[in-house]
Amino acid sequence: MTEIRPAPFREGVRDGIPIALGYFAVSFTLGIAARNAGLNAFQGFLASLLNLASAGEYAGFALIAVSAPYWEVAMVTLITNARYLLMSCALSQKLAPDTPLLHRVGVGYAVTDELFGIAMARPGALEPAYSYGAMSVAVPCWAVGTALGVIAGNVLPLRAVSALSVALYGMFLAVIIPPARKDRVVAGLVALSFAASYAAGRLPVVSGLSGGSRTILLTLILAGGAAALFPVREEGEDRE
Amino acid sequence: MNNPYIYILVMFAVSFAIRVLPLTLIRGEIKNTFLRSFLHYVPYVTLAVMTFPAIVEATQVPLAGALALGVGVVLAWLGAGLFPVSVVCCVVVFAAELLLL
Repeated sequence: MTEIRPAPFREGVRDGIPIALGYFAVSFTLGIAARNAGLNAFQGFLASLLNLASAGEYAGFALIAVSAPYWEVAMVTLITNARYLLMSCALSQKLAPDTPLLHRVGVGYAVTDELFGIAMARPGALEPAYSYGAMSVAVPCWAVGTALGVIAGNVLPLRAVSALSVALYGMFLAVIIPPARKDRVVAGLVALSFAASYAAGRLPVVSGLSGGSRTILLTLILAGGAAALFPVREEGEDRE
Repeated sequence: MNNPYIYILVMFAVSFAIRVLPLTLIRGEIKNTFLRSFLHYVPYVTLAVMTFPAIVEATQVPLAGALALGVGVVLAWLGAGLFPVSVVCCVVVFAAELLLL
């Protein structure tokens, strides 16, 4: 079934609306970060339309702000978006095996935490039309919100900018804390990451690195250490 | 500053490749346990490292950011979604800075 059937598309739109509302608010603050990096509204819109990544874009903007080399932006984008690699792998098992290449690219374009979440919650094989429906409302909100953040960030009072600047961190907390509640290893890892991040900003040598490089370094060490000490079991593999 | 469009293009090329390559190339499951586990843990470490101490340094008053962190962690722990946690963190900072500034 390769044509876009109306029912899954409509259901995708329905499930995408709450995501779109959240995206709009968060991307607005992302726009403020884009503005701080010296990007204009169109460039913010384009970056969000093409990247669809809160943490990845945020990290990218922070590096653009300090005129970091291109390779560093590529590395940080790779690291902050590495989870999409795993999601994309999981989604490849969720699509029907005969799904054509074009639809695999189409679905892959908008792999985000939230759109991945609703796609995996879909019973049976994932219809590409469902994903297209969800992204048809979520993606424009994300991109337009970023552009508005760039524009309105200039006229907002400092007090409001200060308040909105924590919106992304709030979203990150909502991504990392619930799994930490379910899994002690993740909980310990989050606490350790907080501590290591604080320490890395103050220790000699390490604190001299850019924020992006510190993020790469800490991720490789901590996630690598956790993977070595606490390997994750195959999904669906039952305990003996 | 370097060319913003090249920055955007670099970000797009990397994030698009990450998302699309597994879906198009890898049809089977990843078998390597270490790689699977590493990728599983990456988002938690990266997001946690980016959140703290940055959330405390983003606000005009560090205490406001610290309060937002505390309230955000509790709310997320109780199961609140992305949007509510985000909004409440903003409100906490706004209210705290009204009182402290």
